Amino acid sequence: MAKGRVGVNEERCKSCGLCVAACPMKVLRISDKINSKGYRPVEQFKEGCIACKMCAITCPDVVLEVFLLEDDKACNA
Amino acid sequence: MKETKIFEKPKSMVDVTTHYCPGCTHGVAHRLVAEIIDELGIQEKTVAVAPVGCAVFLYNYINVDAYEAAHGRAPAVASACKRLLPDSIVFSYQGDGDLASIGMAEIVHAANRGEHITVVFLNNAIYGMTGGQMAPTTLVGQKATTCPLGRDPKLAGYPIRMCEMLSTLQAPAYIARVSVAKPKYTLKAKEALRKAFQTQIDGKGFSFVEILSTCPTNWGLRPVDATNWLEEHMMPEFPLGEFKTPA
Repeated sequence: MAKGRVGVNEERCKSCGLCVAACPMKVLRISDKINSKGYRPVEQFKEGCIACKMCAITCPDVVLEVFLLEDDKACNA
Repeated sequence: MKETKIFEKPKSMVDVTTHYCPGCTHGVAHRLVAEIIDELGIQEKTVAVAPVGCAVFLYNYINVDAYEAAHGRAPAVASACKRLLPDSIVFSYQGDGDLASIGMAEIVHAANRGEHITVVFLNNAIYGMTGGQMAPTTLVGQKATTCPLGRDPKLAGYPIRMCEMLSTLQAPAYIARVSVAKPKYTLKAKEALRKAFQTQIDGKGFSFVEILSTCPTNWGLRPVDATNWLEEHMMPEFPLGEFKTPA
């Protein structure tokens, strides 16, 4: 399965939790941090992202960026 | 490890925080429209017509030329713009209070004339900006500030199904109802928006996409519960699908 990573634009997050519900691997959660608008931004708290983009597709505030991680060796092969 | 970015903010979307409430799916619809504008490469010739309602600041979020129409009159403004600038791609973006209530005449006649415009219609079954009053699309039994015991059809009639109504007309080329409540629906919504804009680019006529949307604040639900409520209550009343496709 593909490996991925989620990037969070913490200042844009409104803590709605739609991405947390959408993630099939349950690697997202609402963090303990507070952004300048007083919301608690989402965070990826563990490995296991499969780069499916469901979180980013459901996010109403374009908070998330998704990265696909590939082994350098696999690319060269 | 090599990192490849596979999802980012569309280029025609302005990098600002929107004024929408947490969990409001207006933002998803905005992003889908911006993605389609990027993918079709039409940013320079697109003209947006913003409504009155929550989406009134559309022009602050999507980086295209824009009008702000009087309440409900977006299809009339868009018709004029398209007729005067036939090479432009014109779309209006309206809520249910704007389009299905005060703007009912404009949308029906623009559709009936087969204007070469695209209308994006956000249906969240309530008036959002004004504070949660009953809309023409409010479900029977749904509570709102002006029907605190739930919509009573004996007093207020039944929810208006815009797609079904407009698809009785001969002129419209593309009519579809989609949703952005969950990712699986959002992916289909994007395809419907692509077809709607492509219909206009191909000169085939009027295109209309109704997007079932959540309003967690005025529904009085948490954002995730609102998406479930939409699935359970709105989808049976407003079935998803394509009602008309260009020949």
